[in-house]
Amino acid sequence: MTAMPQISADTLANMEKQRRRTRISSAFRYSLLIIVGLIMVYPLIWMFGASFKTNAEIFSSPSFWPKEPTVQGYIDGWKTSTPYTFAKFFMNSMMIIIPKMIGTAISCTLVAYGFARFDFPFKKIIFSTVIATLLLPNVVTRIPQYLLFRDIGWLDSFLPLWVPSALAGDAFFVFMLIQFLRAIPRDMEEAARVDGANTLQTLIYIVVPMLTPALISVCLFQFMWTMNDFLGPLIYLSSVENYPISLALKLSIDTTEAFAWNQILAMSCLALAPSLIVFFMAQKYFIEGISTGGVKG
Amino acid sequence: MAELQLKSVEKMYGNGFKAVHGIDLDVKDGEFMVLVGPSGCAKSTTLRMIAGLETISGGEIRIGDKIINDLTPGKRGIAMVFQNYALYPHMKVRKNLSFGLKLKRKPKDEIEASTGEVSGILEIDELLDRLPKQLSGGQAQRVAVGRALIKSPEVFLFDEPLSNLDAKLRASMRVRITDLHKRLRDEGRPATVIYVTHDQVEAMTMGDRICVMKDGHIMQVADPVTLYEKPANAFVAGFIGMPEMNLADAELTMDGTPKLTLAGQTITAPADLSARLNAAPGPVTLGIRPQHMTIETDGAADAFSGVIHNIEFMGHEVNVHVTIGDAAFIAVVPTEKFNLKLQRGDRVGLRPTGVQMHIFDKASGENVSLAE
Ligand SMILES: Nc1ncnc2c1ncn2[C@@H]1O[C@H](COP(=O)(O)OP(=O)(O)OP(=O)(O)O)[C@@H](O)[C@H]1O
Ligand SMILES: [Mg+2]
Repeated sequence: MTAMPQISADTLANMEKQRRRTRISSAFRYSLLIIVGLIMVYPLIWMFGASFKTNAEIFSSPSFWPKEPTVQGYIDGWKTSTPYTFAKFFMNSMMIIIPKMIGTAISCTLVAYGFARFDFPFKKIIFSTVIATLLLPNVVTRIPQYLLFRDIGWLDSFLPLWVPSALAGDAFFVFMLIQFLRAIPRDMEEAARVDGANTLQTLIYIVVPMLTPALISVCLFQFMWTMNDFLGPLIYLSSVENYPISLALKLSIDTTEAFAWNQILAMSCLALAPSLIVFFMAQKYFIEGISTGGVKG
Repeated sequence: MAELQLKSVEKMYGNGFKAVHGIDLDVKDGEFMVLVGPSGCAKSTTLRMIAGLETISGGEIRIGDKIINDLTPGKRGIAMVFQNYALYPHMKVRKNLSFGLKLKRKPKDEIEASTGEVSGILEIDELLDRLPKQLSGGQAQRVAVGRALIKSPEVFLFDEPLSNLDAKLRASMRVRITDLHKRLRDEGRPATVIYVTHDQVEAMTMGDRICVMKDGHIMQVADPVTLYEKPANAFVAGFIGMPEMNLADAELTMDGTPKLTLAGQTITAPADLSARLNAAPGPVTLGIRPQHMTIETDGAADAFSGVIHNIEFMGHEVNVHVTIGDAAFIAVVPTEKFNLKLQRGDRVGLRPTGVQMHIFDKASGENVSLAE
């Protein structure tokens, strides 16, 4: 009779011990994660803090918290040392990014749809070629491309920066969409054809909606990569009035002898903002898009 | 008028595989035609050629008096219900139903009227504002049928529409579809239906006529009763009926009356069979349905002697598995006529009643016992 409560008390103690152990181990795990995470974002936090410091304070104190917060860096940085304000450079970036993103989404969808759903002569060879360009190092094509665009007379314009991508020049995106399309059963498209839709209508009304998560990822990648692209604009753009943000940031370093670091940091913070905003807005679809096969049965 | 005609239709796939070998099929206006056959016999291929989702390698297909070989699916006057519903995942049920009409640029009020009518018939009014992923299997299936119905096509095509449903739901959907077909017929707008299934229960219960296929050939086209009572060949005989028809190699001899020898035992063919026989003596395939044999005591006249190998008690009837020589037979006998003392290993006589006993040509499999 007495053995029963004895056992259950024991078990209880055991369970309590077990629970405490779990709690300690998860506390440990989370602290470790937080520390590592902090180390990784610290430069970013520091940059954000430093953008509110005076130029002198940046080098005198290692703390990221500004002693006398000031927005002078933002004001001066925005004006820049050129005849243009930073708004001009933002505009320039957008003039490249927007046509590039839209063009990429449309052209890559068309190409991927063609490869994923239709049979045509030499399909295998053509597809291999597309994939081969994916493996080709970027540098290899830089010089021929430069010469080509020079002969067309596109130097110092935005065209070389977005036209190739807008014509499905980015094999990576084509490949990504093809993989996504392969995971979508064809039945829906066949049903649409039986319903009387032609190829283009099927694409627009049926395929594109199902492809949306993937398309959002494509646009997002394209946005971020173009925003951060430094080499492309550096090669093709020569006049300051055409500079996108990436070049403009470097510009402030070039022209001033005593670098106004707080201005550079302030503008870097601004330059980060669009990517961050777009990313957080599209985050839900983005994650759905890169984990392929986002269609529920 | 929408009869459907297939004339020596062939299908050769891109990899050189010939899936359909010149089939001919006439489906009458308003007829419910079931295509049935084992997996891989090209039922879907045939249906998809009619739908226009697969190119036709040879022959021609007509709907009414139009040759439709080269028409796009949308122009053929067909509607199709797919095995896994194939509803458009991003559209509400309402839009799923009306998509086809919208593409045809039908006026808005007409589309709304049709949607209302169809959802009433299929009892999906309450689902109109849901997305496909918010539907159960049975509901999704009804929406899929609705999407076909709303176009009032000349020919309905179904590709195993019920195979994803559980047994109970399947039975009720079966009735629903046949009811719908009858209803359309009564309303004076008969619909021609081609219904693919590999389930013989569906085939027998739903079809006005059934087309049995095997390896890209048509084995027989007939109404359910004819198919069951007068199978044209051994394949159809074995495919239709539960449990399967017993088929065994035997020897046919004709000294005065036809006689059958099986595993060294010779019996006189039942009179019913002799009257129909149109065969030359020699090796044949003997076919007897399990329901058309009686269990006798061993040594009874005109019965094959065999050993009971297994007894399955089903309640109202008993399945008795008997081995004669090395041929395995199943006899289904009503429980009240079965001697329940019999056990595995007992020797019994197995006597064909002669009803629906068939003799098939050994080489071609043709039924040679169908003479009038
Ligand atoms: N795209 C294709 N390329 C080559 N062969 C194919 C193709 N599609 C089907 N086949 C072959 O054609 C034959 C008929 O296929 P089909 O899908 O019509 O069979 P089915 O009767 O519908 O079978 P199930 O009952 O399993 O659906 C099969 O042997 C199959 O392997
Ligand atoms: Mg099939």
